[in-house]
Amino acid sequence: MDIKVNVRETDTETNIVELAGEIDVYTSPKVKDALGELIDRGVYNLVIDLEKVRYIDSTGLGVLIGGLKRVREHGGTVNLVCTNPQIKKIFDITGLVKIFGIYDSEDAAMKASV
Amino acid sequence: MTVPPPEQATAETVELRIPRKAEWVAVARLAVAAVASRMRFTIEEIEDVKLAVAEACTNAIQSADGADQIEILCETDHAHLRVTVANRRGVGAAIVAPPLAEDEVRIDGLGVFLIRSLMDDVEYAVDPESGSRLVMIKRLAS
Repeated sequence: MDIKVNVRETDTETNIVELAGEIDVYTSPKVKDALGELIDRGVYNLVIDLEKVRYIDSTGLGVLIGGLKRVREHGGTVNLVCTNPQIKKIFDITGLVKIFGIYDSEDAAMKASV
Repeated sequence: MTVPPPEQATAETVELRIPRKAEWVAVARLAVAAVASRMRFTIEEIEDVKLAVAEACTNAIQSADGADQIEILCETDHAHLRVTVANRRGVGAAIVAPPLAEDEVRIDGLGVFLIRSLMDDVEYAVDPESGSRLVMIKRLAS
């Protein structure tokens, strides 16, 4: 069990962070470090692609919330790409659907972050 | 609300003990998911149980009671899956709170909220002698 993090620059100020695997109490520090590194470099607009994430728990949600909090301090945004019903359900029941923009595709998330 | 034990006549039990370390939580959630999959739960319900167990183990890891192991007890019968997640404190284990960042405190609350949302009944107790214990039940649809 692991999490893979792949960061892609785009021709806009937004970077795409592709996550693949499972985000839990063991793997979430790796995601936190990756997001922290981007934000420290001044990247404040992020699209986080969760399409290849099979599982996320509250520590993973906490990392996403932490990232959002940091970019918002700089007027930035975090938009998510997620179509997995089980993962969307977790965002629904925690009310995080009201905090994050959640989109069905990277294109839609990118358009929303411009 | 009191969580009823499964009916003794048909109850079966699976026990697992893991080190109180983050890297072992996946083992616990997959083991309990395997138990749930032997019952008539839907895939979505099995995912609910898996997440609830992981949250309970994460809670145990982040708690401050000095336990060195986590015990997971699954009791099944024809109608329920009852999972108990308990911290097991070693002899002489120090009761020292790990430092938590502000975000982590809030995340801990989110985990408990998820457990309560995903399971049908939840009870939490802290015993100064034996450590903390969380009991949760998922009922099979009749």
